[in-house]
Amino acid sequence: MALDQAFAGRTYPPTEPYLVSREKIREFADAIGDQNPAYRSVEAARALGHPDIVAPPTFAVVVSSRASAQVIFDPDLGLDYSRVVHGEQSFSYTRPVVAGDLLVAVATVEKIRSAAGNDLLTLSCALQTAGGEPVGTARSVIVARGTAEDAGPA
Amino acid sequence: MSASVGYDTVQVGTELPAQGFDLKRVDLVRYAGASGDFNVIHWNQRIATSVGLPNVIAHGMLTMAEAARVLTDWVGDPAAVVEYGVRFTRVVAVPDDDLGARLEVSGRVTELLQGRRVRVELTATAAGDKVLGQARAVVQLT
Repeated sequence: MALDQAFAGRTYPPTEPYLVSREKIREFADAIGDQNPAYRSVEAARALGHPDIVAPPTFAVVVSSRASAQVIFDPDLGLDYSRVVHGEQSFSYTRPVVAGDLLVAVATVEKIRSAAGNDLLTLSCALQTAGGEPVGTARSVIVARGTAEDAGPA
Repeated sequence: MSASVGYDTVQVGTELPAQGFDLKRVDLVRYAGASGDFNVIHWNQRIATSVGLPNVIAHGMLTMAEAARVLTDWVGDPAAVVEYGVRFTRVVAVPDDDLGARLEVSGRVTELLQGRRVRVELTATAAGDKVLGQARAVVQLT
């Protein structure tokens, strides 16, 4: 079943505030095998001019994925999660994410389209502090394989 | 470590040091835990193959994060990566053996931008296949 175009332009409520901790940044850096001292040492991060240890460029997915999940699992949208793959991802920052940030993400469905039998959902997640300071934007394209109306037999 | 690349030292065509990354099953499990992405196709071979995948596959976000290391190791300050985007063009299959998959990543400056920034294009391959498309970043230099 093709996705309802009426969802294009829809904005979801902000996610619960997420406190970015030093230990979570270190855990994430370990998981991507990155020894950069700016992810681990407050002194090293401060020497670079940052107030606290810095998050890796893709760390924001920990927060933005919570906003995307609101859309992906919205029963009214009816996306079949078992057919979902990640098509594209991008991040742009107005300032770095650092330990101590209290972040919320606000998801907006930018676009819904069908191509080659797949439904493609473009999501934009605005990242900001709980106080409203903009931090950046995480944009993703979610692909639901073989769900569009012009899809052939799966 | 500080931002070690001066804008005046690069030009279109400047190559970033290439790197290779090994991805084993344990790395996928560790990334699942750290990121919160527990999609079964990243750790359960039975289900991954039942939905038509060649094997358990790496999280696209893990591949994207590893590829970013070519940027951050080059520039020093990870916060200098102000924009970064990729398309996931092919899955990275990670077999249940002692070798896993190997990701090879290189990068090249493709454009000089305003504000002492540059655009970098990354090339990421696994088993000879390009696994990221339009992998581009904007990096703030000094």
